[in-house]
Amino acid sequence: MLLEVQNVSKVYGTSCGNCLELTGVFHNRAICPVCNSVVAINSISLKARDNEILGIVGESGSGKSTLLQLIYQDISASSGKIYFNGLEDDDGEPLNILGAPQSVVARLRNKDMSMIYQNPRLGLNFLFSAGGNIAQRIISGGERRYRNIRENGLSLMERIEMESSRIDDYPEAFSGGQQQRIQIAKALSSSPRILLLDEPTTGLDVSVQAKILDLIKELQQEMGFSMIIVSHDLGVINHLTDITVVMKHGSLVEYGLTDQILEDPQHPYTQLLVSSIL
Amino acid sequence: MQAKNAERAAVKLVVDNIGKTFTLHNRESVKVEGFQAISFAAYTGELLALTGPSGVGKSSVLKAIFRTYLTQRGTIMFHRSNGSVVDLASCSESDVLMLRRREIGFVTQFLKVLPRVTALQAVASPLIDAGEYETPSLYRAGVLLDSLGIREELFHLSPLTFSGGEQQRVNIARGVIAPKELLLLDEPTASLDEKSSGKVLELLAGLKDQGIAMIGIFHDQNKIDQVADRSYEIVREQKQEEPHLMHLEAA
Repeated sequence: MLLEVQNVSKVYGTSCGNCLELTGVFHNRAICPVCNSVVAINSISLKARDNEILGIVGESGSGKSTLLQLIYQDISASSGKIYFNGLEDDDGEPLNILGAPQSVVARLRNKDMSMIYQNPRLGLNFLFSAGGNIAQRIISGGERRYRNIRENGLSLMERIEMESSRIDDYPEAFSGGQQQRIQIAKALSSSPRILLLDEPTTGLDVSVQAKILDLIKELQQEMGFSMIIVSHDLGVINHLTDITVVMKHGSLVEYGLTDQILEDPQHPYTQLLVSSIL
Repeated sequence: MQAKNAERAAVKLVVDNIGKTFTLHNRESVKVEGFQAISFAAYTGELLALTGPSGVGKSSVLKAIFRTYLTQRGTIMFHRSNGSVVDLASCSESDVLMLRRREIGFVTQFLKVLPRVTALQAVASPLIDAGEYETPSLYRAGVLLDSLGIREELFHLSPLTFSGGEQQRVNIARGVIAPKELLLLDEPTASLDEKSSGKVLELLAGLKDQGIAMIGIFHDQNKIDQVADRSYEIVREQKQEEPHLMHLEAA
C-alpha cells in the first residue's frame, strides 16, 4: 500500500457533533441542518497502490478537490488518518500524516508527493523563471550542486517537449497549456512516488488537452509513479485511470474499476452521471 | 463435445452458478435480467464456445469474468499459473488489475484505441507492456498484421480509419500478440470474410497449442465446429408471464 486514507472528514464551521451523520449522499445534502456547518468531506476511506491510477469524479462542489488538498496537506482534515508507505513513528508504527511533525510533512510534499493544480498560479511561483520553478523543487529535495540542478531542469524541459532555450523565461510568457507542462516538469523533478492532479486540463482546448494527457500517461508508464486524478470529465477518467471513485455531497458514492463504473454503474448517482455523457 | 487435449488440459477457470441483474435506478428502479445460473469450466489449451441466441447474455458473461460487470451471485474461480486460486467475482480491484496485466486478456467485439495511435503501435503495445523492446515488438506486430492480410501501407495509419473487418483483425492481433493465459473472445470473426476468418481460426488453433485457455463467442455454428473443443449453451429462464408486454397492450 502506498497511500491509505482512513475515515477522513473536513467540516467547515463549528460542528454540532452530529454533522457527519446528518449529511452525505443518503441525506442528499452537505450542510448540517442543525448547526449549518459545511461538511466538505464526509468519512472517506481509500487506498492507492504502487503504479495504480485512481480517478475521482463528481459534480462541482462534491469535494473532489478538497479531498486532494487534504491528502497533499494543503488544508488540514478535521478528523481521520492518512498513512504513507514507509513513514513510521518512533515506535515503528505507521505514522498518521495528520498531526505529524511539520518536517515530516514538508519532506513528503517536497519529495514523494507532488501536486498539479488546475490553476498554474497555485503550482508555479510566477516570480521565478520556468527553470527556477523546477530548481526550487529539486533544491527542496536536497540537491545543491548548480550543474546538476541546471542539467536536470534542461532534461525535464526536453521531456515535456519544450524548447530548452525557454528555460529562463517567466511563467507569464507561456500559454496556459505550456504553464501546465512546466507544472508537470516541476512536479516530476523530485521523482515522486505519487502524483496528485486537480483538473489538470480543464479549460484547455481539446488538442492541447489530448497532448498533455498523453504526456502524463507516457511519463507515468516510464517512471511508474501512482496517480490520483480529479476530473469532472469522464473522458479524461476513462483515458487515464484504472480505478474510479465517485463522490457526491462530500461522500464516497461508488468505488470500482473504471470500465465497471462506466459500463455497469451500481449507484443511482453514478448511473445518472454515466447516462449524462454526450 | 469431447475434449481433444484431455491428457494435458488443466482447469483454468470455473464459473459456478453466477447470476446478474441490472437495476436501473433512473428508470423507476426497473430490474433487467442479465443472465442466471451459469456454470462452466475452461481448460488450458482448449477453446470453450458460449452459444445461445442473440441477447441471451453471452457477452455479459464474458464481461463478468473480466469484472467489467459485477455479478450478484456465484463464484468465478481463476486458477493462476502459480497454483493459487482467486474468485474474480469478489477479489479486490487491484488484484483484478494485476491479473488483467499479466494473465487475463479480452478481445472485445469492437476495437478501442485512441485516434492518435497507429495500427502498428496498437498491436505492438501489449508486447511492449509485457517487457519486450520497442523495435522487435513493432516488427512482430507488422508480421502479424501482414499474416492477417492488412496491407503494409496501412500500418502507420490510425486503425479507426479502417474498414470494420480490418479493425477487427487489428483488434485480434492486439489480443494474441502477447497471449495471456486466459483469453476471452467476443465475436472475433463477426465481420470477416471466409479467408480472413480462416486465418483467425488458424491463429486461435496456434494459441491452443501454446496451452492458452480460451472462452469465445462465435456467431456461426460452422466456426464453432472448426475451433471449439467444448461448448456451453446459455439459456434464458422462461418466465410464466410477460408483464411488460401486457402492460403495453393495456396502455
